[in-house]
Amino acid sequence: MTDVLRNASRIRSARIWLTGLLIGVLAASAAIGAEGDATGQTFDPNDWEAVKWLPLARRSPAGENPDAEAADEAGMKAYAEAIPGTDLRIEMIPIPSGKFVMGSPESEAGRGEGEGPQHEVEVDAFWMGKTEITWEQYDAWSLKLDVTQRKMKRDAAGEDRTNWDKLVDAIARPTNAYTDMTFGMGHDGYPAICMTQFAAKVYCKWLTANTGRYYRLPTEAEWEYACRAGTTTAYSFGDSADDLDEYAWYFDNSEDGYAKVGQKKPNPWGLHDMHGNVCEWVLDQYDPEFYKTHGGKTVRNPLNDPKTLFPRCVRGGSWLDDAEDLRSAARRGSDPDWKMQDPQIPQSIWYLTDAEFLGFRVVRPLRMPTADEAKLYEPDPQVIQDYREAQGGKM
Amino acid sequence: MSETQKRSRREFLKVSSAAVTGASLAGVGVARNAHAAGSDVVKVALIGSGGRGTGAVAQLMNADDNVQLVAVADAFENRAMGAIANLKKQYGDRASVPQDRVFLGLQGYQDAIESGCDLIVIATPPGFRPVHYAAAVAAGKHIFMEKPCCVDAPGYRMLMEANKRADEKGLLVGVGLQRRHEPQYMETIQRIHDGALGEVQFLRVYWNGGGIWNRSREEGMTEMQYQVHNWYHFCWLSGDNICEQHIHNMDVGNWVMNDEHPVEANGMGGCTARYLGDLKGTGQIFDHHFVEFTYADGTKMFSQCRHMKDCFNSVSEAAHGTEGTSDCSGRIEGKNGWRYDGKRVGGHQQEQTDLIAALRAGKRYNEGWYGANSSMTAVLGRMANYSGKVVKWDEAVAKGAQIVPDPDQWTWDAKAPVEKDENGDYPIPMPGVYSPFAG
Repeated sequence: MTDVLRNASRIRSARIWLTGLLIGVLAASAAIGAEGDATGQTFDPNDWEAVKWLPLARRSPAGENPDAEAADEAGMKAYAEAIPGTDLRIEMIPIPSGKFVMGSPESEAGRGEGEGPQHEVEVDAFWMGKTEITWEQYDAWSLKLDVTQRKMKRDAAGEDRTNWDKLVDAIARPTNAYTDMTFGMGHDGYPAICMTQFAAKVYCKWLTANTGRYYRLPTEAEWEYACRAGTTTAYSFGDSADDLDEYAWYFDNSEDGYAKVGQKKPNPWGLHDMHGNVCEWVLDQYDPEFYKTHGGKTVRNPLNDPKTLFPRCVRGGSWLDDAEDLRSAARRGSDPDWKMQDPQIPQSIWYLTDAEFLGFRVVRPLRMPTADEAKLYEPDPQVIQDYREAQGGKM
Repeated sequence: MSETQKRSRREFLKVSSAAVTGASLAGVGVARNAHAAGSDVVKVALIGSGGRGTGAVAQLMNADDNVQLVAVADAFENRAMGAIANLKKQYGDRASVPQDRVFLGLQGYQDAIESGCDLIVIATPPGFRPVHYAAAVAAGKHIFMEKPCCVDAPGYRMLMEANKRADEKGLLVGVGLQRRHEPQYMETIQRIHDGALGEVQFLRVYWNGGGIWNRSREEGMTEMQYQVHNWYHFCWLSGDNICEQHIHNMDVGNWVMNDEHPVEANGMGGCTARYLGDLKGTGQIFDHHFVEFTYADGTKMFSQCRHMKDCFNSVSEAAHGTEGTSDCSGRIEGKNGWRYDGKRVGGHQQEQTDLIAALRAGKRYNEGWYGANSSMTAVLGRMANYSGKVVKWDEAVAKGAQIVPDPDQWTWDAKAPVEKDENGDYPIPMPGVYSPFAG
């Protein structure tokens, strides 16, 4: 069975299951559509892997987007993902499946810990955001701007919330930021920063609910594969940092802050700012020993599933970093110091107050993950429950 | 150096972990101060155990291994028990508070003060602050209190009186205006005082952000319980956003002005977007303010604060002088252009590190004076905006209305200071109609 067929069958069985259980309970507070019976129970989409409610998400007005559909890898095209309720678009670039050598050779100048041994990695096809997620794209979720906009339109048209509206509205949103999280570095067109990996994962889930297409953070392997874009050199444009200024924002050419996304030259696959500007969240635990566990064998779609909150992997280097930290193979782990100025106990699950150099971009896999795989990609619902409990029931 | 410890140059300059600052205190001698003498241990009582109060205790514990939590008072049981549980996770037995030293309700502060502690952390909603502070001073305790320190003029007068008593008794008083402890601010403002901007002509200060939490009424709550639970949204408890958060920036303005305070204010503000839809009838504070303050020498301070989503955000300060401008926190532009390139330190940790260091060294330490003046600066701005009138400092201090009930009214069954009108809304002050004065 091909992946596509497998997906179709999975979606079918998910739909049957949903009809029996979820769609009905989602509409707990309102009349239910034709799909099922209200049971009076409540359904929280945060508690379920997105793959389980994707059929409902597919009812999004964004669902009709021919450019975004691909029956197989050959059909993958670049497309713009419109966020319903907003004027925003996220540009997505197709990344073909393939094999590459992950890590850096010992001879590479500026090589850091954990970049070896080099090993061969096979990666399935996916789309990747052309740029880092910007503040406008992030605020649509974090400030519930999409909720407000859709409500205004519904109110004007005298319409009720659809089950799809309820699904999107129910996705968790962060608490209000205490201070100005741009720190005066700029807002429109600039990359969103200072989010926890958890927040970035919830964002992806929200984007999935909003569009009906499955989004997540990249794995570390996917990220490096896309960054290299077929190259084997230290940077995607060669081994020398002499040309870095044409491709990246880093310490030497940044004036006390990040830059608007997409201003520098892209890499060979059309991705901007993979090197520099803000470093980017990936899904993996940071473990300098991880590459050794592959024992020189070719590995397929590796992911070092995180077991501890710190350190988790960030990639690409930032405006605060030196040239060698922007290399394709350069790895870095998150650090508790990135929350240093969060003065509260418990500390927020949404903000890394001191990570003014850290953002993310999204990917969309061609093959839908299984529910078990999705657990590795999606936010752990327990995190929100624990946070609520630690605050005496308040958020 | 491991990869996780490896930091880029500038970040290394910026961060200074709690562990490092804590370690730097190792070797500081035993307490010479009267109240910690005879014991290495500094016993702390926490009054108001929300996220910030709990965090302040954690920072005290980071600052000194011999800090112990001995009592907790909070209006609500879940907050008190939650704080102890959260601290125990990180600090083990140092945060082990027995049940009989957990005090609940609005009167529990007295018991906490009398729990045999040396130092009291006061982090309740600001409306309670002056009474808590005065009680702690009367009992001869050292104090760390959060900002703002008062929300009305009678509160300010109480603070100033307690400051005197604290000085007479040699008590240490820390105030949670943490920018005062950040070297990026300290060095910059020192340079401004030394003339780097020439003559300072005006200041701009901002706390424009997206908004704050709003907690729903829980089943069975009395009106007082609801208001204390959702305290940010009631002026008698938070002082309005202009007091609760924006004080940080006005305090920087006063600091630049050599700890003078403004003598006059006029401004405008209102509440446009805060209590719409689901949030109707959940509070009474403004969501935007603009104030023009005037200092005695004529220098102006322009202040903006806003809680509104998807608008221009800025939390910052700026000083403009005859020879340059500064962000007050590391940059000077103009004739004496300069960049701070030292370590950037997080003030929330540093303020506790400094307080404990002073305690250990037996030094005088009273931040209550500027804490009170900056709190009253914010109150003055609010009085001007709520009334729509020009309000003078001296008149505001002498005659400003009392908006916090007397402590004998601090019970769950008491009549709440504000009540909903027939439309289900709490009264929001109307400029031109509202009087900020008593009587």
